[in-house]
Amino acid sequence: MLSDLIKEVCEAVIAHEAELTALDSAIGDGDHGLNMKRGFSELLAKSDELAGQEVGAALKAAGMTLVMKVGGASGPLYGSLFMSLGKELAGKTEIDQSVIAEALAVAQAAVMARGKSQPGQKTMLDVIAPVQQKLAEGAALTDVAAAALAAAEATAPIQALKGRASFLGERSIGHVDPGARSSAVITEAACRVLERSG
Amino acid sequence: MSQAQADCVGIVIVSHSPEVARGAADMARQMAGDEAPIAWCGGDPDGGLGSDVGKIIEAIEAAWSEQGVAILVDLGGAETNSEVAIEMLDPGRAEKVRICNAPLVEGAVMAAAEASGGASLTEVVRTAEEYSPA
Ligand SMILES: [Mg+2]
Repeated sequence: MLSDLIKEVCEAVIAHEAELTALDSAIGDGDHGLNMKRGFSELLAKSDELAGQEVGAALKAAGMTLVMKVGGASGPLYGSLFMSLGKELAGKTEIDQSVIAEALAVAQAAVMARGKSQPGQKTMLDVIAPVQQKLAEGAALTDVAAAALAAAEATAPIQALKGRASFLGERSIGHVDPGARSSAVITEAACRVLERSG
Repeated sequence: MSQAQADCVGIVIVSHSPEVARGAADMARQMAGDEAPIAWCGGDPDGGLGSDVGKIIEAIEAAWSEQGVAILVDLGGAETNSEVAIEMLDPGRAEKVRICNAPLVEGAVMAAAEASGGASLTEVVRTAEEYSPA
């Protein structure tokens, strides 16, 4: 299951390279697709090695890989997310939805600290926060995925307050945030695998 | 990258662009001469515009001084990746490294000038951060 999770998440990110690049070209420096592809291609290459580890260790190693390979601010941000999830889930034998929700709450706080940011500023946090909330409410995984996709779309009318998009001021309005979109892509793929494996 | 003795605070310049980082380091070295160690890095792990945590750690090591190291960064990712690089150092070293909230080129020149006079890390960072165009 861990093997499928890693592979399908990586494949989803890689398949969305062009879309993420287009979104980042509109309000940023246009590197998000390539950066995410670089990081997640590395994870995909290591997926068998990662899947052979305990889930906490695998997530920590995945986070470290993203920190070292992505090459933009999203490296440390996704790196913090996965390393924090790994730390929270390490040694847990029964990982159910409520355990994942609790771990994601801690991971969300780690991303907020790393990015000096909070939800509502047109970033990946605008997807992570509602996903965490849905998981904590015990929502069906298909609903969690749908909420992630909708939350990414809902970043369009927000004026960016963080990252390079904030330099555009009001001109950032009307565009979906690339980091929110990549978080939704990751969430959708992860929910699909978790749903399938029960 | 620098033959300087590490009696002075070291300076590290981190830009999205290797050319910008090297150019800023050249300007800083004009002020600092060979007194303060200066290192620079730029670009993502594939050589495109961006940041690379591994290269930032190498630059900190190249400019290492027991007096501390001041880092100048340009945009968001350079700062975030520099913060991660600092956290990955030995704790004893990490506490001697600071990121300056200053413009990259001007901050590097001001920091290097201050460092070459033997100023402390706190003074070097403050000088870079107090810079404002005349
Ligand atoms: Mg970008």
